[in-house]
Amino acid sequence: MSVPKNAGWRDVPKAGRILEPGSAAEYETGGWRTYRPQHIPENCIHCLFCWLYCPDMSVIARDGKFGEINYKSCKGCGVCAQVCPGKRGQKALVMVLDEAAAATAEESCAEPKAQTK
Amino acid sequence: MSIRVAKTGNEAVAEAMRQMRPDVVAAYPITPQTEIVQIFSGFVADGLVDTEMVTVESEHSAMSATVGAAAAGARAMTATSANGLALMWEIVYIAASMRLPIVMPVVNRALSGPINIHCDHSDTMGARDSGWIQIFSENAQEAYDNTLQALRIAENPNVLLPAMVTMDGFIISHAMEVMEILEDEKVREWVGEYVPENPLLDVDNPVTIGPLDLYDWNMEHKRQQAEAMVQSKAVILKVAEDYAKLTGRRYGLFEEYMLEDAEVAVVVLGSTAGTAKVVVNELRKQGVKAGLLKLRVFRPFPAEEIAAALKHVKAIAVMDRSDSFNAISGPVFAEVRSAMYGVQSAPAIVDYIYGIGGRDVTPEHIRKVYDDLANIAARGKADRILTYLGVRE
Repeated sequence: MSVPKNAGWRDVPKAGRILEPGSAAEYETGGWRTYRPQHIPENCIHCLFCWLYCPDMSVIARDGKFGEINYKSCKGCGVCAQVCPGKRGQKALVMVLDEAAAATAEESCAEPKAQTK
Repeated sequence: MSIRVAKTGNEAVAEAMRQMRPDVVAAYPITPQTEIVQIFSGFVADGLVDTEMVTVESEHSAMSATVGAAAAGARAMTATSANGLALMWEIVYIAASMRLPIVMPVVNRALSGPINIHCDHSDTMGARDSGWIQIFSENAQEAYDNTLQALRIAENPNVLLPAMVTMDGFIISHAMEVMEILEDEKVREWVGEYVPENPLLDVDNPVTIGPLDLYDWNMEHKRQQAEAMVQSKAVILKVAEDYAKLTGRRYGLFEEYMLEDAEVAVVVLGSTAGTAKVVVNELRKQGVKAGLLKLRVFRPFPAEEIAAALKHVKAIAVMDRSDSFNAISGPVFAEVRSAMYGVQSAPAIVDYIYGIGGRDVTPEHIRKVYDDLANIAARGKADRILTYLGVRE
């Protein structure tokens, strides 16, 4: 049950209770991010250390190879970039300032956004 | 038919708890509340009530366990005094914000220090902004009656807030008086079956209670709490009406004693109201138009109702049994005076801080207050707002 964007205090469950189980899956934590991992394919040896270490399962592997980052859930912790051995000293994952995430954060401060309840 | 008994305030409240049959009581003993826990645990040990009694290691744990039980869907209670309430502090706010209808007798005692075990209201007054309903009692009968009513108020679906019922430490908690209690079956009917909202133990409808609630929705949830407090006023009156049908004893948000035609009036809560009524009776015999307003419900604060009840009076004295250091007065005065602001030709109003740390308050003290009020009423103004009554100068 998602709370609509125009919901007021009368419309939301009491005390912040979450009445639907498993709804955390719908909650997009990507907005927490300041830096985002950026993949540089030419430096990637597909060791999948990033996939193994990602605490949020935000690294998606395909056919045993690096596939993509799920930016809706990636919080930008930087663990993937840290463990990445890269190729010849050049990392395949680097953390760069996330302008989009920064914009989202500003927006959510300015106006409450829809939240999964 | 009610039963006439002789009981102390603590005995009366422990009896009420036995009759209410809470699912869980988690409590820790502290003077002067100790007897409530002691007597109630005796009832449990003797098989007179099937409550799960949790003997915890501190008041912080007592309130935490009570909150946990209430969140699970149990009818849960605890009781405390003074420093015990202070140690509960963190969870007192959480109980209210989680909207758990916990009932907690609080036996008023001075908050340390200097360490003291006797009555004043610094403990509950400190918790006035915690989101709990606060009901004050003048005597053991009222402590019993208020405890039974508090449960119905707290559990009302329009309210769902915790409620503390207070009585003055030792003065009420340890003094024996003749009072009436209800039969067990009557209380059983009165409290009815508890249907909790979103209980954690309803495994077919799993919910999360108490999640992180940051800037995006926290303010809306606090606004809901404020509204529940507003709604509780009507519920308190409705429950009082039902209780009057059951017992013949009438309660309101406050009691007006000889107030209708009064020219001077005292606003007071707790046991001192009894002392003050004696003085009002004496003054009335002497032709003084003295009246009294005994606050029963301090939270929600009945501001409009108090203003309406006091607007005709010429001079008002508010009795504060706790200080609010570095404010202009004690907490009750601040509320009452604020309620009177904007009233056309508002009465002169002054504050008396009295009875701190159990300092005795006698009819002579109250008579002095009414004398001061007569003086203020005649002159139309007061020389000062605040007087410490009964302090050695």
